[in-house]
Amino acid sequence: MVLPFAFGTQPPDEGVRLDRMTKQLLTLRVNGETHTVAAEPHHTLLEVLREELGLTGTKHGCELGECGACTVLVDGMPVLSCLTLPTLLDERSEIVTVEGLARGPDLHPLQVAFAEEAAAQCGYCTPGILMAAKALLDRTTTPSREEMAQAIAGNLCRCTGYTAIYEAIDKAAERMR
Amino acid sequence: MSEFSVVGRRLPKVNVWGHLTGTARYADDVQLPRMLYGRLLRSTQAHARIRSIDVSRALAHPGVVAVCTGADMPELMGIMPSTQDETALAVGKVRYVGEPVAAVAAVDEDTAFDALSLIDVDYEPLEPILSIEEALTREDVRIHEASGRPANVFKEVHLEFGDVAGGFAEADHKRDDWYFFEGTNHAAIETHSAVASYDGDAKLTLWTCTQVPHYLHRELEKVLGLARSRIRVIATPNGGAFGGKSDPFAHEFAACLLSMRTKRPVKLTLDREEVFYAHRGRHPVLMRLRTGVKKDGEITAVHFESYLDGGAYASYGIATTYYTGALMTVTYRIPAYKFDGVRVYTNKPPCGPKRGHGTTQPRFALESQLDAIAADLGLDPIAYRKRILQPANSRTVNELRVTTMGLGQCLDDLQRETRFSEKHGQLPRGKGVGVAGSAYISGAGLPIYWNEMPHSGASVKIDRGGGVTVYCGTAEIGQGSDMVLATCAAEVLGVLPEDVHVVSGDTSLAPVDLGSYSSRVTLMAGNAVRQAAERLRAQLVDTAAAKLEVPAERVALAHRKVYDRANPSKALSFPEAAVLAESKHGTLVSVGSYKPPKGIGGDYKGAGVGPSPAYSYQAAVAEVSVDLETGVVTVDRITTAHDCGRALNPPSVEGQIEGAAYMGYGEAIAEEQVFRGGLHKKPSLLDYKLPTSLDTPELRAIVVETVDAEGPFGAKEAGEGPLNPVIPAIANAVYDAIGVRFDETPITAAKVLDALQKQKHRVGPDGLGSRGKDARAALRRLQASTAERERKRR
Repeated sequence: MVLPFAFGTQPPDEGVRLDRMTKQLLTLRVNGETHTVAAEPHHTLLEVLREELGLTGTKHGCELGECGACTVLVDGMPVLSCLTLPTLLDERSEIVTVEGLARGPDLHPLQVAFAEEAAAQCGYCTPGILMAAKALLDRTTTPSREEMAQAIAGNLCRCTGYTAIYEAIDKAAERMR
Repeated sequence: MSEFSVVGRRLPKVNVWGHLTGTARYADDVQLPRMLYGRLLRSTQAHARIRSIDVSRALAHPGVVAVCTGADMPELMGIMPSTQDETALAVGKVRYVGEPVAAVAAVDEDTAFDALSLIDVDYEPLEPILSIEEALTREDVRIHEASGRPANVFKEVHLEFGDVAGGFAEADHKRDDWYFFEGTNHAAIETHSAVASYDGDAKLTLWTCTQVPHYLHRELEKVLGLARSRIRVIATPNGGAFGGKSDPFAHEFAACLLSMRTKRPVKLTLDREEVFYAHRGRHPVLMRLRTGVKKDGEITAVHFESYLDGGAYASYGIATTYYTGALMTVTYRIPAYKFDGVRVYTNKPPCGPKRGHGTTQPRFALESQLDAIAADLGLDPIAYRKRILQPANSRTVNELRVTTMGLGQCLDDLQRETRFSEKHGQLPRGKGVGVAGSAYISGAGLPIYWNEMPHSGASVKIDRGGGVTVYCGTAEIGQGSDMVLATCAAEVLGVLPEDVHVVSGDTSLAPVDLGSYSSRVTLMAGNAVRQAAERLRAQLVDTAAAKLEVPAERVALAHRKVYDRANPSKALSFPEAAVLAESKHGTLVSVGSYKPPKGIGGDYKGAGVGPSPAYSYQAAVAEVSVDLETGVVTVDRITTAHDCGRALNPPSVEGQIEGAAYMGYGEAIAEEQVFRGGLHKKPSLLDYKLPTSLDTPELRAIVVETVDAEGPFGAKEAGEGPLNPVIPAIANAVYDAIGVRFDETPITAAKVLDALQKQKHRVGPDGLGSRGKDARAALRRLQASTAERERKRR
């Protein structure tokens, strides 16, 4: 289950004018590193990750919260980065993107299993699905097919029909037990 | 043990690691210094004359660097040389809501977006044509004034083979049914994106998610007036395509022109709504199918009529029109066949090729009708189909050459896997099973522009460390084409795919391949790479034989070794063999190419569409549950058996089969590109329902191998064909479940419920003009909203 907003965030209060503001300094913890960037306050976490931090592994397919391609983890929870305003995130929040999934040279079991099971075809929805699947496997390493389907229900994949994705999550879960 | 060291093994794709680590660089991931951001202004009108466009306010807006309009690129263009009716941006007229009219380049995307509202376009609204029926009859409203055809007809084709009248005369039983297949969008998750950079050396580079870098290269030259030698097209990895990225697009031309004007890189990425306007998706097709059969079901004659709603421009429409008729003959014996096809212009986003290009809609009609014939005659649908199969190594009535033909085996495997015949007609009300067969081309026999050159070229290089690089102009669209190329090279040279670097989709670095469309890459580019690799292999074998002191025919290459087949311990490592070969023969680079054989089709007018070096065959069984209270159709399972000749990489083939079943399921049940008064009703992924993980049925893939002599290592296509049987299989299963024939798509809960409540036995069209399209009402709605939309935009 991908959440539309990061937990702990507040909607912008009505007095805030979001258009054409000057940039603000933002401090974010991304993949274990602290970054301070200047970004326009109405720009989403997706835009800041891709444009200010150069982390283009996080994708966009609609920027309206419809497709899940932009899913990242905030404090372990999958959120849609296209609907999350980074100015409203806690500075201590740990954001994890697909670039932070591997630990140095060691790929995450999900990455290996996705390769083996051909669970990525065009690869475009893959970063988002990997993050949603990681959140699932961090919770349980014995997920049922139903739980897997629920976990990626907010992530549209146009290539695979999801079958290979389930098989890959299964395989990764087995290796993580 | 397999005769192959790489082919058929379950190896990861060579390009998968970038997908999994976030390093794959898609078009929108390209960032260049000083880059500007572009946006397109799109028409608010379905059909209007442009009286004037004033860009002065936009140009004066702080941060805007350049603006262009149709007048800057007036050259006619289009993917098919014979039907070029488009311009990069609208010139003089707009023909659908969402048509690109102008483009802005600014320092950032927000500024570019803001500037769009400062472009003043004065439209003179014209009456829009919104249905096939109106397009055929309204002589007074012409979408393309210059077209030489009556009313709004884009193309009309008529073909007849064998004794059709005689065939119907000798039939014991005839059916005459109308069908309608709704239009659908590809909805690749990556939206279209292009980055153009015109540099100090007066050369232009375009990174774009295109399926056809070579064809785009040609159109860029024409529209930009820049010699092709000064243009480099780089097809970035496509985040899904399915046919939706195989036309030259406005955003590509606009990015290039704006870069040439500003001497700065320009990125132009479409948002999701714009993708529904760029479209080029599945044509809505109204169809009439008349079939005559003997008592035992043997077909005596078929007459098929198709009416295609093409939208505002040609796109691939001429090919689509022919494709609705061409492949009807390659699955079952048809001794006499008549085909009449008409494609019309309407004021909607242009339709084009989507997975199964032009064959998906008639396949729905044919397989639905065969199911009805089987029911009429009391035949088992699988046994019936098996009895009337077009034989292998044969010619169809429309002169298509068939080589291997695995449909019979597909049906056998399905029966074994699903126990179809024990279930069909036997399940309780609300539960049903359905079956359908199909076929598809492994690449088109002819290129899009007539020429005698190869369809695919490749070169292979071996470096001194034993690394292998394959260069080929194919576009990696997620279908796994890079892996196909790596597999073919690795198999021939005795290395592993992971040792192979693939350079694809780059018009400067790689030889021409016509692109990733019509399921041509495995067979055509695979053959080209295989030939190039075999030429290098001969040099490796020659030098290794001398070194190992064995006859050349005993030298084998596998597992990164060059060795004596009779005594495998007598071996050279691959890098050693490469150094020896380079020392003797010079630099180890070779080329290969592929052109389809002659004589695989007829020589009548229209014979160019349909021939292919080999056809894939496939069949699907769908198992459904229909909720009799809500009308919701739940597809429980889809099992597809697919004859791909040989599976070069089985996980990739299975992935194509499953993915095609998924996409077919979406088209059968939910997806529709529909309009209200010229306005798209659902241009978002919330409204346009792609199946999610929770909707998607259990999918099973069965790979059937027939080893076709035309393909590399026997391989045929796997990307498109498996979609086709899924849709009629679902419709047939719904009939089995509730006794209602759905002769139109999609089979929504509302339609099912309506049919159940009114005790209908059939849902579908009854002829031209039968679908309740009230042209006047649509027009009234449109005019009421037109002024309002233009006001809102400002």
